[in-house]
Amino acid sequence: MKFKSVFDIIGPIMVGPSSSHTAGAARIGLAARSLFGETPDHVDIYLFGSFKDTYKGHGTDVALLGGLLGFDTDDSRIIKAKEYAEEAGMQYQFIELEETRSHPNTAILFLRKGNSRISVEGISIGGGKMEIVSIDEYDINISGNNPALLVFHKDTFGTIGRITTIIGDEGINVAQMNVSRKEKGNTALMTIEVDEIVSEETINKIEGVDGVQRVFLMDES
Amino acid sequence: MFNSIEALVKRAEEENITISEVMILQEMEYRDLPYLDIYNSMKTNLDVMMNATKEGQDGVKSPTGLTGGDAVKMKKYIESGQGLSGELNLLAIMHAVSTNEVNAAMGKICATPTAGSAGVVPGVLFAVNEKKDLTEEQMVRFLFTSGAFGFVVANNAFIAGASGGCQAEVGSASAMAAAALVELQGGTPQQSAHAFSIAMKNMLGLVCDPVAGLVEVPCVKRNAAGATNALTAADMALAGIESRIPADEVVEAMYKVGLTMPEELRETGRGGLAATPTGERIKEELFGV
Repeated sequence: MKFKSVFDIIGPIMVGPSSSHTAGAARIGLAARSLFGETPDHVDIYLFGSFKDTYKGHGTDVALLGGLLGFDTDDSRIIKAKEYAEEAGMQYQFIELEETRSHPNTAILFLRKGNSRISVEGISIGGGKMEIVSIDEYDINISGNNPALLVFHKDTFGTIGRITTIIGDEGINVAQMNVSRKEKGNTALMTIEVDEIVSEETINKIEGVDGVQRVFLMDES
Repeated sequence: MFNSIEALVKRAEEENITISEVMILQEMEYRDLPYLDIYNSMKTNLDVMMNATKEGQDGVKSPTGLTGGDAVKMKKYIESGQGLSGELNLLAIMHAVSTNEVNAAMGKICATPTAGSAGVVPGVLFAVNEKKDLTEEQMVRFLFTSGAFGFVVANNAFIAGASGGCQAEVGSASAMAAAALVELQGGTPQQSAHAFSIAMKNMLGLVCDPVAGLVEVPCVKRNAAGATNALTAADMALAGIESRIPADEVVEAMYKVGLTMPEELRETGRGGLAATPTGERIKEELFGV
């Protein structure tokens, strides 16, 4: 079941005009920001399907930018997000693509700052709810209902076990877990949705595991 | 968690509680929070809805100028006493239009279940409130009942116009509101399900064809239609009229109709009213394409 709370249906409180194209878009921007950890210098935003066709009228563009700047769905600053982006020194461009993706409301955000970069693909599934479906072209599935740990690691024997042991030792309950890789023996991405809040200390421990490359924590949306 | 209207109604009947109570209990369990916290979250949503319709009645204009000001006209018309269809009905139209005009003006609203359909549920709720002076708890519970039915639709079909057309948005909102009206009036959970079915059946096939892709034309007026349709369905169910097709099958039918809907009619702004000569002209004037 994709919708688990009554407040997915009655809610969110948001700046209009569209739950999928404005609120959902803001949440995709927020998730991308949360993964990146800071405001990017530059962001390329690729739009597909209905997002591409109607983003100007729905304020999808300002909502995505607003989310990237850390504005929530009910934050009226979304309306003037382009001005706030300029103030924050965040350059952006929107690129419309004809390609058909799995969902009609799809955006891929490519964030950069200095040497760090990340690409995040989000879909807006209605009523303001969204899902992140890929990060750096690794397929994932995060509902946003729980906090999630994303661990990029070397696809070798024992790494997954060592990571889950740390999580278990910290008394953190796993709600859902996924491992995705592009090819055997290369980098793999492990996504772990958890019930509890994950401390900085736990993240440091996971980062210290042999074979772990990068760790991200994503808040629930 | 209940995943069908049948299961929802069954639980209410077996435990002899209302649909709103089932929804609240499930939410308490899911969030691991006490009753008061869940209640207050919904109360916050109610407050936003009340502010939105108030704002719209003072007159708003969307950034494009395509919508706004119609709630003011409807309010004056009601005050003139010349209305054809009864004051409750007219009030529902007024509150629905008002809320959705605020949405189009990028004001603050509560999605129910979506922003494009945000006028329907508060539309009928605030209309009834004006006539019957409801308690705060009655209004909050109305939203939980609406949410319970919307919850099933969202998990078994869709609530986004881009996925299933306007039937998934205003259609769902109208059916949710109809079910909640029945509970508010003291009807049974089964009667709520019948009202839900009747309302949704009357909205099947409704396409999402916003002019220039904006949640304005025809969305604002369709919210009025969704609200009055909810009142019609609720009154029918309360009169003892039953839907021949069970609610879950109606949801499935809505889902299948949505799947067969061409992309042009699913919030792309490329079909239906959006593709009329006037629709195309408006788009060109606004965006130059």
